[in-house]
Amino acid sequence: MARSKMRLRDLADESLAGVFARPARTALTTLGTVLGIASLVATLGISRTAGNQIVDRFNELAATQVTVQARSSGGGNGSSAAQRASAGALPWSVEDRLDRLNGVVASGAVADVPNPGGVKTVPFIDPTTISERTLPVFAASPGLLEAVRGHIAAGRWFDFGHVQREDRVAVLGADIAGELGIVRIDNLPGIFIGETLFTVIGILDEAPRDRGLTGGVIIPSSTAAERFGVTKPERVVIETELGAATLIATQAAIALNPNAPESLSVNAPRDPVRTKEAVQNDVNQLFLLLGLVSLIVGAIGIANVTLVTVMERTGEIGLRRALGASRRHIAAQFLTESVALGVVGGIVGASVGILLVVSVAASREWTPVLDLWLPFVAPVVGALVGLLAGLYPSIRAARMEPVDALRSGT
Amino acid sequence: MTTTCIEPASTASPDVPVVDLRGLSRVFPTEPPVHALRRIDLTVMPGDHVAVVGASGSGKSTLLNVLGLLDRPTEGTYLLDEIDTADLSDRERAAERGQRIGFVFQAFHLLSHRSVEENVMLAELYRGEPRAGRLQRSIEALQQVGLGNRIGFLPTRLSGGERQRVAIARAIVGRPSLLLCDEPTGNLDSHNTGSVLELFDQLRDQGLTILVITHDANVAAHARRHVRMVDGTLTEIG
Ligand SMILES: Nc1ncnc2c1ncn2[C@@H]1O[C@H](COP(=O)(O)OP(=O)(O)OP(=O)(O)O)[C@@H](O)[C@H]1O
Ligand SMILES: [Mg+2]
Repeated sequence: MARSKMRLRDLADESLAGVFARPARTALTTLGTVLGIASLVATLGISRTAGNQIVDRFNELAATQVTVQARSSGGGNGSSAAQRASAGALPWSVEDRLDRLNGVVASGAVADVPNPGGVKTVPFIDPTTISERTLPVFAASPGLLEAVRGHIAAGRWFDFGHVQREDRVAVLGADIAGELGIVRIDNLPGIFIGETLFTVIGILDEAPRDRGLTGGVIIPSSTAAERFGVTKPERVVIETELGAATLIATQAAIALNPNAPESLSVNAPRDPVRTKEAVQNDVNQLFLLLGLVSLIVGAIGIANVTLVTVMERTGEIGLRRALGASRRHIAAQFLTESVALGVVGGIVGASVGILLVVSVAASREWTPVLDLWLPFVAPVVGALVGLLAGLYPSIRAARMEPVDALRSGT
Repeated sequence: MTTTCIEPASTASPDVPVVDLRGLSRVFPTEPPVHALRRIDLTVMPGDHVAVVGASGSGKSTLLNVLGLLDRPTEGTYLLDEIDTADLSDRERAAERGQRIGFVFQAFHLLSHRSVEENVMLAELYRGEPRAGRLQRSIEALQQVGLGNRIGFLPTRLSGGERQRVAIARAIVGRPSLLLCDEPTGNLDSHNTGSVLELFDQLRDQGLTILVITHDANVAAHARRHVRMVDGTLTEIG
């Protein structure tokens, strides 16, 4: 008994003939898929490229910071001197202990000065601003400025000489300097902290790692110890080289307190690689979603046009059935046509997308980052889009009764 | 014209009918039901040239659709080349259609974006024949219908008569047992009708079995047998 059969080569020929019968329409039909794939490739590529930039900036600040604190012993300020001297003690001389570690860029220690008394300017600066203010006062080691990436707007920061001599010098945070009426320091203005007169030697306007500093008065650690009884730092801030944070975190506690390193709590950034991935995932998911939406729009476009084509070609379907085509042959032909449309859309879309990534990267002077698999997967994704889009129209075509199809079509 | 001869596929001896209808009915289950064919008996022998005439709505096209395995009868038996078509599945009917039936429609049904030889090649597409052989036979069939000089043309560049001859070439290229034509000259002027009728005579003389539906007395005159359909019933005339 005869069997209805068709060669694969013929199926491909018939489908391609269908696709190329109306080139302009084919181009317009694939436009949706082209846009979908292009935006998918472009967003993936640009997010990869931009993600690298974001992480690089992010690294600069967070990924290079380690902070060390004493584990809270529960006693706080009320604990006895003996207790304070033992576990959880941080030394002021952090620069000596840490800066020789490989990977440390800078380190410094800081402590709040408890109950320093009110802060006021000396009368001759501006009589209207002599009113006393309660401001935070910090004791700091000389390395702190660099460790917090601070910036001095005017004057200078104190150095080891000031610390050694227990000089009564102060650096004002920019936020409060204005409040106190101190805008220039070349005339060496004085302020009172409690009953003690200090000379203002500098104004700190930026401290990205410890923003509280710009809202207070900073004095050398030794002076704070002598005048206000501040014996030890509360926090040690370390700036590390990129990628060294994890290593420094393991070494810092021993370097700072060899006798009881476990009494210190070290705060290191998350592994920078993982941070990078996390940021990238967020960005990628957003962009992927956008690409998927455009892809769905593309699929709907193909489905729409294929359906119109099926209706237009009713007569052809009837003829093919009369010539011996089975329902499967009809379905296969229209499905192959829509898959071909999808593949074309995928290839063109991937090219457009890559072009976009490269040009965006070039305009920003970024290094374009593209996943190697993208150009290969894009046509497959296009084919899949075409397959899904062609499913319903093909079924409609296959279901047509040949008699009806021949009668209604020409 | 050329002497190329396309013989019918039927290997059966000349006294075995190509078509054998017994008590065939087709009722369309509309409301009310339409009895388009009523208990029709018809035997068509190899080499017959049958003209079917009748008023509009009498059931001519319905008969042709059943004969061409495009439609199933409601009742009765239809043997095509001694095969009981009632036993065939949808896929098998498609295959038998491609193998044993050639169709010529009033509306030509050519694919306008494909060359004439590609249009003719379509007839053997669903038999899984190799492409080279199909092209060769398609060119031969075009030569047989007198269109050897139109190879490579798109159908849109041909006259109505030439288009119908392409359609006839497509119908005969696979050497069918039965050529079914529904108003084949309905869209043609008298000159083109003449050339198509000449072609039918020639094919009939080469042994092809032809059944043609027509309103045109001129077309009917070329046939050797005439049947009339009246309200779904069939009577032999002449
Ligand atoms: N699918 C269908 N459903 C319902 N009725 C149908 C269907 N197809 C045909 N008919 C009816 O069957 C009858 C015969 O139709 P058919 O097309 O065979 O007539 P015909 O003899 O070919 O007419 P014409 O010469 O106008 O082509 C008509 O009354 C028609 O309305
Ligand atoms: Mg009719």
